[in-house]
Amino acid sequence: MLTSTQEKTDPDSRGRFDEFGGRYVPETLMHPVEELELAYDEARRDSQFRAELNRLLQDFAGRPTPLFHARRLTEHLGGAQIYLKREDLLHTGAHKINNCLGQGLLARRMGKTRIIAETGAGQHGVATATVAALLGFECRIYMGEEDMARQSPNVFRMKMLGAEVVGVAAGSKTLKEAINEAMRDWVTHVRTTHYLLGSVLGPHPYPAMVRDFQRVIGQETRRQALAELGRLPNYLIACVGGGSNSIGLFYDFIPDREVKMVGVEAGGRGRHLGEHAARFDGGRPGVLHGTYTYVLQTEDGLISPTHSVSAGLDYPAVGPEHAALYQRRRVQYTRVSDDQALDAARTLARTEGIIPALESAHALAEVIQRAPGMRRDEVIVANLSGRGDKDLGIFQSAGVL
Amino acid sequence: MPIVSASRIEAKFRDLRDRGRKGLVLYLTAGDPSLEATGDLLAALERGGADIIELGVPFSDPLADGPVIQRASERAVRGGATLARILRALPRWRESVQAPIVLFSYYNPILQYGLERFAREASSAGADGVLAVDLTPEEAESYVAAARAEGLDTVFLAAPTSTDERLALISRVSTGFLYLISRTGVTGEREEISATLQPLVERAQRLSPLPLAAGFGISNPAQVRQVQALAEAAVVGSAVVRAIEERYPAGGAAAIENWVRWLKG
Repeated sequence: MLTSTQEKTDPDSRGRFDEFGGRYVPETLMHPVEELELAYDEARRDSQFRAELNRLLQDFAGRPTPLFHARRLTEHLGGAQIYLKREDLLHTGAHKINNCLGQGLLARRMGKTRIIAETGAGQHGVATATVAALLGFECRIYMGEEDMARQSPNVFRMKMLGAEVVGVAAGSKTLKEAINEAMRDWVTHVRTTHYLLGSVLGPHPYPAMVRDFQRVIGQETRRQALAELGRLPNYLIACVGGGSNSIGLFYDFIPDREVKMVGVEAGGRGRHLGEHAARFDGGRPGVLHGTYTYVLQTEDGLISPTHSVSAGLDYPAVGPEHAALYQRRRVQYTRVSDDQALDAARTLARTEGIIPALESAHALAEVIQRAPGMRRDEVIVANLSGRGDKDLGIFQSAGVL
Repeated sequence: MPIVSASRIEAKFRDLRDRGRKGLVLYLTAGDPSLEATGDLLAALERGGADIIELGVPFSDPLADGPVIQRASERAVRGGATLARILRALPRWRESVQAPIVLFSYYNPILQYGLERFAREASSAGADGVLAVDLTPEEAESYVAAARAEGLDTVFLAAPTSTDERLALISRVSTGFLYLISRTGVTGEREEISATLQPLVERAQRLSPLPLAAGFGISNPAQVRQVQALAEAAVVGSAVVRAIEERYPAGGAAAIENWVRWLKG
């Protein structure tokens, strides 16, 4: 089937974005996933559900977030006008809260009493723990031990919020293993427990549902750009781990032919398998964690270890909707290295007084490369998906000063 | 129903029924502790009394498995036990084993190998059936077609959470036997047989013509008998893998054979 590159990517009834997506889970989870799909379908059509979510997004999370003109960074780079979508200003410090509020309300509606989640950088874990406290759920967060060590402030935050944080010692001790362990928990406690997956990954309906909860980023950006600039941006740039902040920004612009989009993957410290997390530059289609998508893997179909200085991007697969957007060439995917991301974080801190999360710093590194070659009347919007407080230890030990 | 000669798995269940017996299905992870050991262990499981053997293909991310099989998978992956190597070694292992063998894998290694190529080589290597633990009937059309074309049985899992509608669907794509998961959760030994098994068996008997094998959590002779009282066969996985982990290094294949005899009662 030929699909126009401008057409929005929505999954078919089997949860496929073109050929990507679907449901690859142990049978025990199939009916629960079907129930989740039904419950979500009802909830999204329920005006009361939407009103309550919007109220929490506004009064609890702090939406709308500003679209900020980064004048000194623009001056410094001497090209396109740079605007930052300030998701870092949200409560809990990143865009993750958008999805957690949506799924938290849905879990309550489904009568679940317990919430579990995986976390890499800890931002999703903190947002989940926050929503669990807000709505009165029991909460357990799975986190790789390597990530617990490098994102320790977030571990403390989660505990402070009343969540139990369980370290995962298997494999590379990062996000992939945390998801394995969360899925094991879910399959065991599926009747009482909602798995609050943090990105546009996993079996249908998660990729579409999480995307819907993050769409607000792009909807606001579009409105703000039209109101404040009187035009749409030339470029949207966002980092892509699982891909929730990027799809949230991109989705409502897909039909806008003139808006180009760039997804930035973690280039890590090298080009060999295991040294990066650039799924579109070294991966190929396969199945991981419930979905068919681009995966970094060996010839034998074993999932490859990954590396990124940013725990939130350190994952071997990518959301299936991104795989479809890649294949349609609607979004261009690039990679930036650990060092480029660290440099970009320092640059933003010093030109704009904003310390970005290392994940978001990948998007900024792409802006820094691209802006100088663009005209001064062109506009780039970068998604500043999270703040860098959690990364101070890494900035320090990486010697960014 | 297409007219084909009975598979080795069907023949095994018919033979058990004719003799008024219940079956024992045993799982082991290929390549744990080494590919060389796997051949000896397959033969030991059969000598001890296994009626059907599930040969696990180790995976980097065994998210349906508990700690015992996770450890086995890690050892096997570290030792280089890939699907390709397992398929290359299988004809040799097959020579000394009569029991039907079901290849038990996660889906991605099979998908990367190529569905047709996998089915062709698995069949010619002497496998009788295939099971992909994270592949549901909805996504399995090409896989089932490829397996059937090579005369391989396709075994799927049914769970306590499977609705009647899903049980019927699973039964339609399954051949050989229906594998019932006795409880929600990952693989691993438990003190007691779950109360969710009996209702699941009753529903499966009503909705499927296939023989039923039930597993997850079975680790001793009493539990084997309890499950065999309900279903045509009991499946034991983690307990076998633990026995191999604990007994094989010192006792060799003979220790595993003895352990299976104990399990069989």
